[in-house]
Amino acid sequence: MVELYNGALNVPEIITRWYAEEAEYNYGAYIPFIGTVREEDAIEGLSFDVYEPILNGWFDAWQVKAQALGAKLKMAHSRGDVLVHESSYIAAVFSPKRRVALEMIEQFVEDFKASAPIWKYDLKNSQRLYAADRSTAIAGAGILGGKQ
Amino acid sequence: MVTIEFLGPIQKAPLTLEASSLRDVAEVLKQDSEMAQWLENCAVALNDTLVATLDTPLKDGDKVSLLPPVCGG
Repeated sequence: MVELYNGALNVPEIITRWYAEEAEYNYGAYIPFIGTVREEDAIEGLSFDVYEPILNGWFDAWQVKAQALGAKLKMAHSRGDVLVHESSYIAAVFSPKRRVALEMIEQFVEDFKASAPIWKYDLKNSQRLYAADRSTAIAGAGILGGKQ
Repeated sequence: MVTIEFLGPIQKAPLTLEASSLRDVAEVLKQDSEMAQWLENCAVALNDTLVATLDTPLKDGDKVSLLPPVCGG
């Protein structure tokens, strides 16, 4: 299950709790990826919309892939506004050995960027502006416009 | 009737309309000038599962969602 929070993530609480939750399962590797909002282009922060039903389905499919390799995934994401230098995203993989964890965290985060139904907006001059130029069409997009 | 919902940055209220397949939905949305910029880049879900063809049949009570380009993280 994806953990969703209104506003910035409490990173120390989440990664410490995940560590404790999995401490007894004999995983040799725990790799968290933490996404933090950078100060650039004069933004005050970012803001996010999340569509939970499809996000959870996407995550569950990844969890099945992880389980087949003896691994486990965890993920937390923000809804709403997250200011610069705050964090909006944590993905983590636990696995018996490092190689599976190292490969899976890369594949998982890249697919997250391309497929997870989350929309990003820049907070700038008190406006919420869709980050169209940094967004990626989901695979298979465009059928209503004639792409098959 | 089916419901069409527009997610994320598409600033549009849900629609309800008669449609027997996604092809019918596409025909209606193509008439809407506000939607022109989105039809080429939106993914489409039927009852929260992504679909890949306009021939997808629809039945009464179905929910069709349009998902514009994403950027989480």
